[in-house]
Parts: sequence; structure tokens; C-alpha cells
Amino acid sequence: MSTPKTLFQKVWEQHVVVEPKGEPTLLYIDLQLVHEVTSPQAFEGLRLAGRKVRRPDRTIATVDHNVPTTIEGRLNIVDQIAAKQISTLRQNCADFGVELYDVNSREQGIVHVIGPELGITKPGMTIVCGDSHTSTHGAFGALAFGIGTSEVEHVLATQTLPQSNPQTFRISVEGKLPQGVTAKDIILAIIGKIGTDGATGCVIEYAGSAIRSLSMEGRMTICNMSIEAGARAGMIAPDETTFGYLKGRRFSPQGAAWDKAVEEWSKLPTEAGAKFDRELVIDAATLVPYVSWGTSPGMVAPVTSSVPDPAAAANDLDRKSFERALEYMALQPGTPLDKIAVDRVFIGSCTNGRIEDLRAAAKIAAGHKVSTHVSAMVVPGSQQVKAQAEKEGLDQIFKEAGFDWREPGCSMCLGMNPDILSPGERCASTSNRNFEGRQGRGGRTHLVSPEMAAAAAIAGHFVDIRNWEVREEVKA
Amino acid sequence: MEAFKTLTSTVAPLDRTNVDTDQIIPKQFLKRIERTGYGDFLFFDWRQTPEGKPLPEFVLNDPRYKDAKILIAGKNFGCGSSREHAAWALSDFGFRVVIAPTFADIFFSNAGKNGIVLVRLSESEVETLLRNSQTIPGYKLTVSLQDQTVIDDRGFKATFEVDPFRKYCLLEGLDDIGLTLRHAAELDKYETEHNKATWLQAK
Ligand code: SF4
Repeated sequence: MSTPKTLFQKVWEQHVVVEPKGEPTLLYIDLQLVHEVTSPQAFEGLRLAGRKVRRPDRTIATVDHNVPTTIEGRLNIVDQIAAKQISTLRQNCADFGVELYDVNSREQGIVHVIGPELGITKPGMTIVCGDSHTSTHGAFGALAFGIGTSEVEHVLATQTLPQSNPQTFRISVEGKLPQGVTAKDIILAIIGKIGTDGATGCVIEYAGSAIRSLSMEGRMTICNMSIEAGARAGMIAPDETTFGYLKGRRFSPQGAAWDKAVEEWSKLPTEAGAKFDRELVIDAATLVPYVSWGTSPGMVAPVTSSVPDPAAAANDLDRKSFERALEYMALQPGTPLDKIAVDRVFIGSCTNGRIEDLRAAAKIAAGHKVSTHVSAMVVPGSQQVKAQAEKEGLDQIFKEAGFDWREPGCSMCLGMNPDILSPGERCASTSNRNFEGRQGRGGRTHLVSPEMAAAAAIAGHFVDIRNWEVREEVKA
Repeated sequence: MEAFKTLTSTVAPLDRTNVDTDQIIPKQFLKRIERTGYGDFLFFDWRQTPEGKPLPEFVLNDPRYKDAKILIAGKNFGCGSSREHAAWALSDFGFRVVIAPTFADIFFSNAGKNGIVLVRLSESEVETLLRNSQTIPGYKLTVSLQDQTVIDDRGFKATFEVDPFRKYCLLEGLDDIGLTLRHAAELDKYETEHNKATWLQAK
């Protein structure tokens, strides 16, 4: 009998082109996603070297990072440098024969939202993109990771990447998730526990009954933030939920090809007895809603607790960073998290900008009003998410409650477009990074789930979502 | 890529952990389409006030470290965004070596592609070197990639690990695409076979 294999091993082995002695493995890449910010220098490199895109059919581009999220803003992009980056991508896609989901396309959106939505992302694939949250696609049982621009160029030219073999790390979340605890809380809890470098050099496989019970949207939220724990990638074994999500999507296989695909994909899950380099088991029943309080995604605490004390830090350098974070966030140790008032709320991003996230937030918002001192916005992750939400009337619920309803893009996740925080503003955000200045210089970001963000918008401060009064049933 | 052998230089101490790439090169500078010219924007928000006044307390504004080609920092350096602009900015500014207890993965590979040598030392070695470079005027380190050592002229000596293949590429200044294309025949053969796996086609 052969040694049992992990999901990761199976995907990896199927993509080994060659293993030259004393060099990293050359790995074949099934799909590269391209966006406007990290690609211009890569295409330029190809031009200079007289190279072509080896597989335009395995390359897909969209615009997301820079695009304004208002209709007027999109028609006339005021930021000339952003406009140039977008037009450069257009030119590059035309010159090199790459399909582009442009600003006006009905399929435009955040690169990590549209891949799965169009059925381009598939189990068993190797997927790369010049963006660290490429780990999102691992929710389908793909090996997906972010790369730098030189690597983007490398994949465009050769459809391969030299890669050293990562370690494997299985994190099993077992049991039933308590009510009010979401996929976002699972991943925030994990990062809080293992730290922002807790999985450096590893590919994480998320397993266990709590993970199995999640929808694809929830699984994507978890894999998305793997990078925030330092992991190369996060993966979840494909199952009926995965196949159910993919069936009938635009680029999913059809007919006999679909049956064959499901047969192949079903062979991927980790076999019983397969060995991981590391293992961690988490009891789902112990999880609660979390709020980040600092300037690194590992700085999280239960909403029911208080801002921690730097005195608890392990060493000098950690304590200094801790103190610096509190200073930047203008927070005092001991302040209860649910007493922290917010000025802005952002619901969106590749972490929590999918239809299910918007449904969850709408459920909280329905029949309530956004607090008078809060400005709140909802930015769907893609045109398709936006259209679906409008079909379900979610936009109406948000607008009636006083949320701003926007056009799709990365928006205030990183504030490369006009959506930014002003210095000192405090934001409840469903995105993935609370780094200094991430949402605008001097802005203070608290990471939360969509439900927690919606509730904070209405209450004006963080609240424990488990005590929320749902006023109106939202029919989806 | 510029080849790297050994380097002796003053050392800029950045006594912070989890230095993320958003800090190394803030997003407003990612809109450019060139590969060069990022040095002026390195640690932009830490180097100056929103009004553009330099913050003298930030290490890179300290005249003592003006010519430093070695940067030393706390653990998990380069975490966060995959932006290679972080490596471009460090190298454009003049840094050829970064010393830290650990580095984030994507940054690690971006740095290598731009000829920056990343040196992993233990937390206590890093603390010593941080302290030395903060307190000893004109403190210098010599980093030898060939020998995999970091030494000063006061008796400090540490060795570091480096993947042999990466070492070879850095020493020779080799370009990755060129290296891969040595395997063109194997790639063609693999790809022809792999194309049959229709369930792994993108479209
Ligand atoms: S939404 Fe945020 S994290 Fe996601 S791709 Fe856009 S900028 Fe990156």
C-alpha cells in the first residue's frame, strides 16, 4: 500500500514539471490572475526580452485595486496615475492576447471574487496572482498563492514557477459554531492564536466539521486570510459544497466533462493517516466574535474583552511594537472593546465582499438606522455580487438604513482609490489588514465580520452580535 | 541582477517587529508603471509628517545611518502585501542586506529576485546588533554570502543559513526566467501531457 497523501501533496505532485538536482522544483501553473497594480512592470519585462505570454488561455485580467466605486468616478478617473495604470493594463492585454474584465464589464470585480464566481477557479489547480490574498482560491482545493512582479513575469513567460517545497500544517476546527460566530471569527481566532508569522513557510489545510459545514463564501474568507498568519497558502478539500457551488458556472465543465471533473476532484482530499508537519485542533464551541485592536491582524480579542496590556508582551521588542500599536490606535489598555466608538464602517473586500456576506450584514441592518455620527459604506466584491444583491433587494435595505451603496472594487480595503479614512478616523472594517495607514494615512482599522461591522454602524460602537435584535426577516 | 559577494557597511537599526510592506512602500506609490525610482518613497509615512516635514527620530533620517547598506529589524519583516515594490524601494534606496530573525515568504522571494540578501539571525543576535548599531558610533558589519557569516571588528561573529541554489543565484546574479528556460524541452513535454487534464483548464 502506498503512503497516504495530503490534499496539498496531490496537487503539488501533479504539477511538477521537473525537479532539477539542487534546485527548487519547477511547478506548472494552471491559472494566473492579473490586475492593474502589480503587472505593468511584468509585461514591460516581457517586451524588453522579446517574450510572449506562453498561455493566454490560462491568464485572466481585471481591474480592481484602483477603480473608483462611484459611477461618476469610474467614468472620469481623476487620479491620472491610476488612470494610466488601468489604460496600461488594457494595452498590455490587447498586445499579449489576454482576456480582460474591464471597468464596464458585467463580470468585473475583485480578482479573488471573480475567479470563483466565473468558475475559472477549480479544485486541484495551481493558481497564482500578484496579490497576497490569492490564498482565497484555496477554498476550492486549489494550491493558490500570491507572488511578486518578477514572478508574474516568470509565469507569463513560462507558465511555471520555481518553488521550494513548503511544510504542511493542518488546522482542524471541530464541532458546531456557536450562533453569531462566523468564518471571519474562525480565522481571526486562528491568527490571534498562532501569530502573524505562525504559519510562515507552510501551506495550511483547514479541516474539521466546523470547516466542512461552511459555505464556499465562508471557506474563502478563511483561506483568504491565511497570508495574515504568514502561510504560503490555505487549502480546503473539495466536497459536495464545492461541486454545488461550481456547477453551471460560466467556465465550469459541462455534461460529460463535468462528471469526469467531479470524479477527478473527488480524488483530491487528504487520505486518512496522511502526515502533516504540524497540527492544531480548535474546539469550535470556544469561539466568539472577535475585534482587532492593534495594527497587525494577530492583535485580536473577543468582543467581550478589553484592550490588552503591553506589559503582557513576551519580550522587549514585542512590547515596544505593542505600545506603538496602542499609541497609533489611540487606545488605553483595559478599555472594553464594546465601548470603542467608530466613525466609519466598511463592508466589502475579497475577504467579506461576497453575496453571503452582504446577506448577513443586511440581516443585521434591516429595520435599523446607521448611527448619526457614523458614515458607512457597502462595496460589493464584483458586478455579479452587486447585481445579485440588487435582485434580492439588499441594496434597498442598506440604503434605507443609511449605508452608502457602491460600485465593485477593492475600495477602502487598501484605499488606492478615493475611498480612504482621514487621519484619526476609526473604522470597523470587514477587510483583512489593520496595518498602519492601510485604509488611509493615520486611519485606525478594526477587523471584524460583516455582521459585527453592520451592528457597529448602527450602534456607533462595537457590540456583541450575539445579543443583536434582528428586526426584520430578510428573504434571500 | 547585480551579483553579491561580500559587503561591509554601517547598519541602520529599525527596532520594530512585523514591519509590513504597506509601511516599506505605502500604496500611493504603487500606481507607477516603472520598476525604478522607489527609493525616495521607502518608509514614506514613517519618514515624514503628512505635511512632508522629515521626522528626525526615524532611523533613516538620522545622519549616522546615511550610507547604511544593511538594514536590521525585528521578526516577520516584509509581512503583508505581495508588492515587489517593497524590494525595489529597499534596493533603490541602497540597501543590499536585511538582517532579521524571520522574513515573510513572498517578500523573501521578491528580495532574492532583486539581489537583496536576507540574513536570518537569532532573536538575541539581532537584539545585540540592534543595540550595537544604536550605541556604537560608526558601527559596521561585514556580510559574506560566500562564507555565510556576519562579523564586526569587535569579535561578533554569526553564521546564517541560505538555500544553496539561492546562494548560487545571488552570487552569480542570475535571472530566473533564463534558468527556467534551460528546462524548455521538459516543459513542452509536461505541458502536452498536462493539457489532457481538462478538469484543470481555466476556461
Ligand atoms: S480587496 Fe483588498 S486584499 Fe483583496 S485584492 Fe483588493 S486590495 Fe487586496
